[in-house]
Amino acid sequence: MISLKVNEKVYKLDVERDASLLWVLRDHLDLKGTKYGCGIGRCGTCTVHVNGKAVRSCALTVGDVQGMKITTIEGLSPNHPVKQAWIKEQVPQCGYCQPGVIMQVTALLSQNPRPSAEQVITKMDDVLCRCGTYPYIKKGIKTAIQIMEKEGKKS
Amino acid sequence: MKTTMTRRTFLRGSMAATGLTLALSVTPFGYRLLNASALSRGEVPGFSPNAWFTITPDNKITIFVGNAEMGQGVLTAHAMIIADELEADWKQVKVCQAPVADAYKSPILGVQITVGSASVRGFFEPLRKAGAAGRAMLIQAAAAQWKVPEEECRASLSQVKHEKSGRRLTYGKLCLEAAELKVPQNPPLKKESELRYIGKPMPRVDVPEKVSGKAVFGLDVNIKDLQYAVIARPPAYGAKLLSYDEAAANQVKGVEKIFPLPMGIAVCAKSIEAALKGRNALKIQWGKGTIPDMDNNFIEKSMLEDLDKPASPVLSQGDARKTIDEAPKKLAATYFVPFVAHATMEPMNCTALVTADRCEVWAPTQSQTVFQMVASKVSGLPKEKVKINTTFLGCGLGRRVRPDFLVEAVSISKAVGKPVKLMWTREEDIKYDAFRAAASHRIEAALDAQGRLTAWSHKVVCPSILKDLRPADIKNGVDFYCLWGLADAPNSPMWNNRIQYEIPNLNIELLISSLPIPVAPWRSVQNGPNAFAIESFMDELAKEAGKDPLEFRLESLKNNKRASRVLQVVAEKAGWGEAVPQGRGRGIAQHACMGSYVAQVAEISVDKKNGRIKVHRIVVAVDCGPVVNPGPAVEQLQGGIILALSTALKEEVRFANGGVKSANFDDYPIIKMSEVPEIEVHIVKSTEKIGGIAETGVPPVAPAVANAFFNATGVRIRRIPLSPTTVMEALKKA
Repeated sequence: MISLKVNEKVYKLDVERDASLLWVLRDHLDLKGTKYGCGIGRCGTCTVHVNGKAVRSCALTVGDVQGMKITTIEGLSPNHPVKQAWIKEQVPQCGYCQPGVIMQVTALLSQNPRPSAEQVITKMDDVLCRCGTYPYIKKGIKTAIQIMEKEGKKS
Repeated sequence: MKTTMTRRTFLRGSMAATGLTLALSVTPFGYRLLNASALSRGEVPGFSPNAWFTITPDNKITIFVGNAEMGQGVLTAHAMIIADELEADWKQVKVCQAPVADAYKSPILGVQITVGSASVRGFFEPLRKAGAAGRAMLIQAAAAQWKVPEEECRASLSQVKHEKSGRRLTYGKLCLEAAELKVPQNPPLKKESELRYIGKPMPRVDVPEKVSGKAVFGLDVNIKDLQYAVIARPPAYGAKLLSYDEAAANQVKGVEKIFPLPMGIAVCAKSIEAALKGRNALKIQWGKGTIPDMDNNFIEKSMLEDLDKPASPVLSQGDARKTIDEAPKKLAATYFVPFVAHATMEPMNCTALVTADRCEVWAPTQSQTVFQMVASKVSGLPKEKVKINTTFLGCGLGRRVRPDFLVEAVSISKAVGKPVKLMWTREEDIKYDAFRAAASHRIEAALDAQGRLTAWSHKVVCPSILKDLRPADIKNGVDFYCLWGLADAPNSPMWNNRIQYEIPNLNIELLISSLPIPVAPWRSVQNGPNAFAIESFMDELAKEAGKDPLEFRLESLKNNKRASRVLQVVAEKAGWGEAVPQGRGRGIAQHACMGSYVAQVAEISVDKKNGRIKVHRIVVAVDCGPVVNPGPAVEQLQGGIILALSTALKEEVRFANGGVKSANFDDYPIIKMSEVPEIEVHIVKSTEKIGGIAETGVPPVAPAVANAFFNATGVRIRRIPLSPTTVMEALKKA
C-alpha cells in the first residue's frame, strides 16, 4: 500500500513503490489532466508540483513522493491567475501540452512573481509545444503577472 | 465542447425536444440543404443525426461540427459561420463534435476529413447558406403566425421581430413551426456590413476546458474494464520476427494476453506500465531489415543519385531544354530536404471495443470516413455497426489521417474481446512515424540578356505519399502530393498549389524514390520542401541576374496580383531595401497553397564560431481572402512558422542499420521557446475567394532563412536543417 497526497486529498493505493507517478495519477486516480509526452523527462507535458516545485511526473515513482504534497492541474484553483490569463490570451492550440505548461508557469511565478524575460525563457525552455504557442505563452505569463499584482493589491 | 454527441443521446435528446434541424447533403455535384427536423424526431426509419444545427423549444441552438479540433479552432469557426447567418445569439449556442456521417463530408474533399486547410474554405459557403436558410424559415414561420408579409419581419439575436407592431418571438417558440417548412436552397446571405461574428475575434469554445485540464484527448478516454496494449515492433524496415519469450512476459504481474500481429507482438495488460514491462520481458530476436546498411548517408546518396535517372514527365510548356542550352546565362543547383517526424505531443493511440455485433472506436483522428471504413474491414462488421468517436487531438499535422493505430486497436480488441486502449510510446511514435517525405531537387534555369527568367527545368525525387492513401491516383509515375507547390492535378481541391512564377518554358519531372521508408502528409505536405528548393533557387537566380531578390521575383509575377501584393506588403513591413543591422542577414520568400498567398522576410545572424543561427524576426504577409476568426488565424500562421523553423534549423530523422535511430526528444530535438523569434503577422484585407490558413505559414520559412543566411555570409546552403554542423561545414568550404 502506498499513500499519496494529491490535491489536498490522501489516497491509499495498491501499487508498487516503483510505479510511475504519471501513470498512477492518470490511470489509478483518473487525474487525466497530467499528460504523457515522452516518458524521459524531456518534454514537460507531465509537469506537476511536488512540495510546490515543478517536476516531471514521468521521471518519478510514487515511492519518491510519498508523504509529499502533490498538485496537478485539477488541483489549481479554477480562478488561478494563470488560468485566467490563459483564457484571456487564448494560449492553447491543441492544448495537450498546456496543463504541463501551466504547472511550469505557476511554479515559476509562485517562486518569482516578477521574472525577467530571460528567467521566463530559461524556465520555459523545459516544456515543449508542437503547435508553437510559445509567443502566446509569453503573453499569457505577462497577463498572469498583471492579474496577480491586481489581486495582490485587492487583498 | 462538452461531449461527443452519440447517436443514442442525440436521438433521445431530440425525441424529448424536437425542433428545427438543418442538414447538408454533399453530392459529387455540390451540396443540398435538407430539413432534417423529421429525421431528428426519429420518425423516419434509418435515422441518422446528419444535422448541422438544431434549434429546440428551450431556445437552445446546438451546432455540430464534423471536422476534428486540433487547435486550429474549427469548432468555433464553423459555429461562427452558422450562428452569424442564422442570426443566433452566441450565448445560446452550444457546439458539439459530430459523429461520422455523410452530412459532414467536405464539399471539396468528398470525405469527412480535416486536412488541406480545407475546413473553413470548404464549408464557408454551405454553412453560410445553411444558417441563412434557417433564418429565412424562422422569419417565414413568424410572418405566418402574425399574418404579416415576411419583408416586415427581421431576425435579430435568436428572435424574429415585427417592427411595425413591436411583436417578437424567440427562435425557441418558432422552431416547431419552422421545422415543417421547405428549405430554401438559395437563401439571401447577409451583406458584409450585417455580419455579426464572421471577421470579429471570438474566443475559442475549446479553450476553457483545455486550460482546466478537463479536455479529453484520445489517451484520456476512460471506459469500463479497459485493458491497455502496446506492441513490440521490428527495429528495421522489413525485419522478420525470429523468436520471443512469451512465458517470461506472461509472468509479469498484470499482463493478460500476448499474441502476434502482422506489425509485431501485442501485449495486453491491466495497466500501461504492466504492458510496457511485459513487452520488455519478451526479449524478441529480430532478423535484419530489407536494406541492412541503410542510414542517413545511404538515403541521401540514393536520392541524389536518382536525380540522374530517367523520371516521369509532369508538366511541359514551351521548350525548357532548348532555351536553357541556348541561354546567355544559365544556372543549375541541387537541393535536399531530409525526412522529418510529426512528433505530435500526444503520441498515437486509439481505444476500441469490438463485440459480436458492434465496433466502437475512440480516436484522435483527422479522418473519420476512412477510420469507419477501415474499422469495418478489420472488425468484419458492416459500416453501420461501426461508431467512431472523435476526441480532441493532441496536435495533428497530418499524422492522424493514417489509420495504422486504429487497425492495431481494433485488431487487439477483437482478439481479446474487451475494450482496449492501444498506446504508442514516444519512441514508437518517432520510430514508426510515416515521415514528411525527404526530397532531392535538381533545377536548371535560363536568364535572357536582360536577366529575366525564361526557362525552368525541375526534377524531383521523392517517395510516394499517395501510395498509402489513394494508390489509384498515381498515374504514369506522377504523385501530385510529392509535387505540391510546384505542380498540381487539374481541378485539385488544393486550389493553386503550383509554382506561381510566369515562366515561358517550364519542364517538371518526378521520380518516385523506392526507399522503404513510410511517408505521409505533414503540415502543408510537400509545399514545404518544394518551396525550399524553388525559393532558394529564385534567390540564386536573382544574384546571377544581378537583381534584388524582391524585384527579381516581382518581374515574374506581373499577372499575379495576389502573390505580388503579399511580397510588396511583407517587404514594406520588414523594411526590405533598408540597411540590414550589423551582423545580420535578411531573406525573402513567397509561396501559394490551399488557395492562399503568403510571403515572409526572415532576419538572422550567424555565430561563425559554432555555426549557430539566431533568427531574430520573421515578418509574414498573407492574402487568404476573408478571415472568419482573426485570432486563431494569426495563431495558426505563427504556429506554422514556428513548426517550419524547427525543421529549417533542427529536425532530421536519424536512420541506422536499416531502421530509425531517432527515438525521443533527446535525440530528435524540436524548437524551444528561446529559439522563437519575434513574428509579425500581416493579413491583408482581401475580398478574393476564401483560402486556407493553417498550413500557409509553413512553406516560406526554410527558404527565407536560407536566403537570409546567404545574405549574412555570402554562402549558399542547399540543404536543411541549417544545423550548426551543416553551417560550419558550409562556412569552411567557402
